[in-house]
Amino acid sequence: MAEYYLELKGVSKSFPGVKALDDVSLSVRPGTVHALMGENGAGKSTLMKCLFGIYKMDEGEIFIEGKKVIINNPDEAMKLGVAMVHQELQPVLPRSVAENMYLGRFPTKKIGPLQVIDHKKMNEDTVYWMKEVGMDFNPKTPLSDLSIGQMQTIEIAKAVSHDAKVIIFDEPTSSLSDKEVEVLFKVMNGLRDKGVAMIYISHKMDEIKRIADDITIMRDGTYVGTWPAADLSTDDIITRMVGRELTNIYPPHPDVPGEVVLECKNITSINEHSFKDCSFKVRKGEIVGFGGLVGAQRTELMEAIFGIRNIKSGEIYVNGKKVDNKNPRKAMNAGLGLITEDRRGNGILGCLSVKDNVGVSIYDKNLKMGIVLDHPSINKIVDASIEQLAIKTPNMSTQIGSLSGGNQQKVIIARWLANNPDILVMDEPTRGIDVGAKHEIYEIMARLAKEGKAIIMISSEMPELLGMSDRIYVMCNGYVRGEISDPQEITQEKVMQYATMF
Amino acid sequence: MSINIKDVLKKYTMVLALIAILIFFHVMTGGKMLLPQNINNLISQNAYVFVLAAGMLLCILTGGNIDLACGSVVCFVGGIGAVMMDKDIHWIFAVIVMLIGGILVGAWQGFWIAYVKVPPFIATLAGMYAFRGLSNVVLEGYAVGIDDVTFLNVFGGGADCYVPDLFGGGSLNITCVLAGLILVAIYAALVFKKRADAKKAGYSVGPLSSDMVRLVVIATAVIWFFFKLAQYKGIPTSLIWVGVVLLVYAYITANTTMGRYLYAVGGNEKATNLSGIDSRKVYFFAYVNMGLMSGLAGILTVARATQAQPTFGQGYEMDAIAACFIGGASAYGGEGNVFGIVIGALLMGVINMGMSIMGVEANYQKVVKGIVVLAAIIFDVLSNKKKK
Repeated sequence: MAEYYLELKGVSKSFPGVKALDDVSLSVRPGTVHALMGENGAGKSTLMKCLFGIYKMDEGEIFIEGKKVIINNPDEAMKLGVAMVHQELQPVLPRSVAENMYLGRFPTKKIGPLQVIDHKKMNEDTVYWMKEVGMDFNPKTPLSDLSIGQMQTIEIAKAVSHDAKVIIFDEPTSSLSDKEVEVLFKVMNGLRDKGVAMIYISHKMDEIKRIADDITIMRDGTYVGTWPAADLSTDDIITRMVGRELTNIYPPHPDVPGEVVLECKNITSINEHSFKDCSFKVRKGEIVGFGGLVGAQRTELMEAIFGIRNIKSGEIYVNGKKVDNKNPRKAMNAGLGLITEDRRGNGILGCLSVKDNVGVSIYDKNLKMGIVLDHPSINKIVDASIEQLAIKTPNMSTQIGSLSGGNQQKVIIARWLANNPDILVMDEPTRGIDVGAKHEIYEIMARLAKEGKAIIMISSEMPELLGMSDRIYVMCNGYVRGEISDPQEITQEKVMQYATMF
Repeated sequence: MSINIKDVLKKYTMVLALIAILIFFHVMTGGKMLLPQNINNLISQNAYVFVLAAGMLLCILTGGNIDLACGSVVCFVGGIGAVMMDKDIHWIFAVIVMLIGGILVGAWQGFWIAYVKVPPFIATLAGMYAFRGLSNVVLEGYAVGIDDVTFLNVFGGGADCYVPDLFGGGSLNITCVLAGLILVAIYAALVFKKRADAKKAGYSVGPLSSDMVRLVVIATAVIWFFFKLAQYKGIPTSLIWVGVVLLVYAYITANTTMGRYLYAVGGNEKATNLSGIDSRKVYFFAYVNMGLMSGLAGILTVARATQAQPTFGQGYEMDAIAACFIGGASAYGGEGNVFGIVIGALLMGVINMGMSIMGVEANYQKVVKGIVVLAAIIFDVLSNKKKK
């Protein structure tokens, strides 16, 4: 038997404008847990999607038990014994455990000329496989009655029932309680004894130290190296994850912060899995970065301040006055603006014009006789912002959907600036934008700060976070874990350390 | 600067289709289609479609939401009015009650849709059954006649529902011709004022030639239309209602905050909410307004028939929805305008009338209408696909 059950060699994958994977290799021994580590965007998920046949790799080879295989889609992957437990489960909630386990491959029996589903066999088989992973559910229970952790074990049982020899776990513990994590690890240990090779993606250092046998580290789509888990300390892992040269493409802006314009004291979400006890301050003329891993609840925290999510306790002060932002309108009146991370989902009004996209938040302030839109004054505002932000559009009646991502983002920025907010929250302001446009967005941010606006920037891109921020708060698991205010201390290692303080 | 033929064709597909269909029926009916009386009937027969489509457009803009109940509401409201007038209540009072009745029905449905988040399809399906039933209750299952001549004249029913000719022009109604000329003059003045304003504000204005071509085409169509009307009996009073409704809604959708919010909610509801707009109020407005339009359509319907019957208004909702979609409203919301629904309603009306004159059996007429609606939507879906 080959030393490695699964080998990926020289995998490269490009998306338009980015090289997501560049000559990455991964070798997994049977009966081990192999941790795959790296920052947000290091290419871990992309690599796994290539393995699982969701993406087609540009270059590279896959070997299973030393034999070269080609995987075109998840179905073929499963036939070859590769299964994946997704980060975001996609269960059919109203249906039963058994139906979810056998979705797409229901056992059938013949009644006369008809092929019908064999419910009895399906339920019995489900009980059998559940026992294999140490679980004991009624197979007829609707999935919606289970906790997320329990649903995950069903995913695992499903993988095992496929006779999977390789199981990929993509951040399986991100929404699990401590107790559920223990159950998961027990199941994983059982699978290890059966000789199953497992690939485990996680950011949680303590879990990695407990469960992993080997560690492969990736950075910016490249392969850094593979080490036995016992040989690496937490600090070693962080250093290897972040060790990149920083090039300075970020426009300088004088850091002369004024008085505090936004202060949050101990705000806690009504959702127990979301942000807790978060306190921070933002000053006039300052760009404050919010760092952390995906899922650290940064977006949720900002949305709560903007009145989209509910707060159980805590206080928000804008310009020294306590505010109660029950809805976006109140937050806007208090002087806040929010540019969301999901531009397509909740940013642009895709089928409408640039004018409508900028104007939607100010129409009610530009009226003649209280009801009729004052088009000349609206046009003036829209025109001015097209010029100031250098938005490349044929004219203001062009559909926003036909502009490039960078220009769409500038239109959204224009929408908020038209409201003249004191505090502008920018959630992943350069996501999905090409390099040139990114730079323009940075310059806009620097200029706004210079003009005295306070900017909060959530960013999952380390260079951007370090390059743009005057000060950084780092969140992890719903808590603000640290504040880095000394410019000398703003380093990748420091951010990563706080970001992994689970 | 040249005008891109392809863009023009795309923008005015339905207008060109309407012209093609008019010519088709003109030829097939041996010229009967464009007789003055038929042009006149085209408006008075379809007045309810224009009015309901204006209401429906606002609902559809919010995200392809429709109102299935409006046909039943037309009957219900019309029934109330007919019964009131039958009991010798003054027609003005009856009209006010009918309009308020429509608004209340709209508020009822709008509340469930906007604030309780009942899917519009279901909420209005329920309304479709309930108000049909209530219509029967109000009318006690019988037809109730209306003999108030003033009411009939004002809302386009009976023999004399035309704007009287102030100049007594004999076979040609001079008032009607003048009305057409005045409308064209106002339109032309607006076009030039807009250009002048834009220039003054420093915006680039499109080529004068393209504005002129459009102006000439529209002016010709309007004058031709009023001339045809003048050759029959003049302006039907229902046309005035239709005209007022269309102008008001063209203005509302383009020039009021609520009008633009309808588009914004249909374009991206989440983004609209994030911009500080309460989308629930937008939905509520759309359905309350739909109720008001159902009320007006109810008035026009019972006036034209000079009676109310428990079966009135059946399928009206579908005519209105079809007019919107043929007229280019997007089934996903955010796209569509009043000009489009005028074309859509006319297109359906012309097809109906043309086929009737040709003697096509009613059942086949429905088949053709179905195909036309489907074709219009396929066109919408495909042309959107290409954009992506």
